[in-house]
Amino acid sequence: MVATVFLFYVFSIVAIASAFMVIAARNPVHSVLFLILAFVNAAGLFMLLGAEFLAMILVVVYVGAVAVLFLFVVMMLDVDFTVLRQGFLQYLPLGATIGAIVLIELVFVLGGWTLQPATVTMRAAPLAPNVTNTAALGRILYTQYVYFFQAAGFILLTAMIGSIVLTLRSRRGVKRQSIDAQNLRDRKVAVQLRKVPSRAGL
Amino acid sequence: MPGLLDQYLPLVIFIAVSAVIAGALLVVPFIVAFQAPDPEKLSAYECGFNAFDDARMKFDVRFYLVALLFIIFDLEVAFLFPWAVAFHDVGLFGFWSMMGFLAVLTIGFMYEWNKGALEWD
Amino acid sequence: MTDGSAVSLWLKLLESVVFAALVLIYVAYILYADRKIWAAVQLRRGPNVVGPWGLLQSFADFAKFALKEPIIPAGANKGVFLLAPVVTGTLAISAFAVIPVNWGWAIADLNVGVLYLFAVSSLGVYGVIMAGWASNSKYPFLSALRSAAQMVSYEVSIGFVLVTVLLCAGSLNLTDIVMAQNSSLGILGWYWLPLLPMFVIFFISALAETNRSPFDLVEAESELVAGFMTEYSATPYVLFMLGEYVAIVSMCAIMSIMFLGGWLSPIPFAPFTWVPGVIWFLLKTSFMFFLIAMVKAFVPRYRYDQLMRLGWKVFLPISLVYVVLVAAFLEITGMGGQFH
Repeated sequence: MVATVFLFYVFSIVAIASAFMVIAARNPVHSVLFLILAFVNAAGLFMLLGAEFLAMILVVVYVGAVAVLFLFVVMMLDVDFTVLRQGFLQYLPLGATIGAIVLIELVFVLGGWTLQPATVTMRAAPLAPNVTNTAALGRILYTQYVYFFQAAGFILLTAMIGSIVLTLRSRRGVKRQSIDAQNLRDRKVAVQLRKVPSRAGL
Repeated sequence: MPGLLDQYLPLVIFIAVSAVIAGALLVVPFIVAFQAPDPEKLSAYECGFNAFDDARMKFDVRFYLVALLFIIFDLEVAFLFPWAVAFHDVGLFGFWSMMGFLAVLTIGFMYEWNKGALEWD
Repeated sequence: MTDGSAVSLWLKLLESVVFAALVLIYVAYILYADRKIWAAVQLRRGPNVVGPWGLLQSFADFAKFALKEPIIPAGANKGVFLLAPVVTGTLAISAFAVIPVNWGWAIADLNVGVLYLFAVSSLGVYGVIMAGWASNSKYPFLSALRSAAQMVSYEVSIGFVLVTVLLCAGSLNLTDIVMAQNSSLGILGWYWLPLLPMFVIFFISALAETNRSPFDLVEAESELVAGFMTEYSATPYVLFMLGEYVAIVSMCAIMSIMFLGGWLSPIPFAPFTWVPGVIWFLLKTSFMFFLIAMVKAFVPRYRYDQLMRLGWKVFLPISLVYVVLVAAFLEITGMGGQFH
């Protein structure tokens, strides 16, 4: 158990520290790298809770995909961030007010949070022994929660269409490779035999 | 679940060991090797003249689109994993439920294809 | 962790160190083999000076790199510049934590082993992006962009291929996946036969994922000097080089587990089943590497638009359709899924 407690504190401290560094780092690329560190440590915490599937999916999806996109954006923007920071003090009061309001709201929400005693017994799928939590998730996700699952599919479809609508720019004058046309060329089309008379040229 | 943690502790140890190996390899030449830096040696590699400006620049939005599409397909794969594992438990209903999901995303894929989002030029 | 198991903790540590060392030594010889095979295809001799038949060549190379002057470019972002090779090396080696080389011989026999490997291989892109960005030089930056888009594109088809294997095995545990291929048919009962198209797609995607020839556009020397490694020297460079080869070997190991029955004997009766599983596993992994080395020797480099086309327009639809076909087949026949 010592190891578990030790790991818990390591993961949580690193997660919180790197989350702080995300907003404190001067360079946006460093921020994203700290965000990745925070994600990895959050995955470690999931693992300590026994949610191994969630831990791995967190790494695969957030670290392996979402953070790559963030890095792209940050690298692509190529904004001079020192210029952006110049108005910092000007916006400070407004930002501080919004932050304070959100903080107070969070305190209210968490303070008023109680678990109904019945909920524990009403859990939809109590974990059976000898079932890995991936299988346990699989058993209910596609049958019992089918509407949510299909809704997730439509959300992904929307995301797909949205990303294309927003970013796709068709370019003019691009020569594309036509593999079929290349493969369909044969000797008759490609090679022409000409008898060239001497000193006359073609 | 203590049994689960028994599996993960060796994993953490192994990752730590590999990090130590990689870190040690990195440090070695800084300790043992001869170092004599000079400005020419430390300048960025270019074709014979100095760089005009910072090497980081704006680049094509297409890379961004590829990353976005990747996220979507990665999520799709993430949904497939538990389904594949619980395949025989979810029965015919689970099968068709996933087929519906895949059909929706295939529509999206065909849209991408027709729009030319998968072309690279 | 039960109480008072400090001894087992130290034992695990020792095991990890020994296994990591063995993996690195194996990789040193894989590097040697790669050069020898390439040389043989071109009718050269390859390395043959250091040690008998050049067997110590990799170690000599390493010693040379360790004594070279490490250079950090003046314009580079020092922290990230040095972090990038460490990330690459660590990730590449740590993939081996879940690889079972024999029955029960894995450092960590995870329930979600496949997902772990998938996660580690998807993180591999960071070493390249970080190196390319931190170098603050044009070539590495362009290379980082290229490789990020490339690795990301092939990741998707790798995911679908893994799903087809999982459908057949019904478990994310690598030991279970190997045991699901255990039958009286021997080599014919392994997944490479029913999932042959997937095996081919996985093989090619593995090449693209590890930036291996013919998809080594990242370090296409004719266009990008040495890609993201341009500014690196001494052991930081070695870490990239080593990381690349360790990643290739881990891909070979994954292929032998997923499609070639891991440590199982190809002929399931007496004299062959006496051979220890480790030997079979090593033979299969080395065979997969031999194929990869031959591809490097034979196939010219892809163009970038062709590479993206292959990933998104060929492999993705084929593997998606195959997932549906395999699932439908298993649903109708009720086969597969011994472990659920």
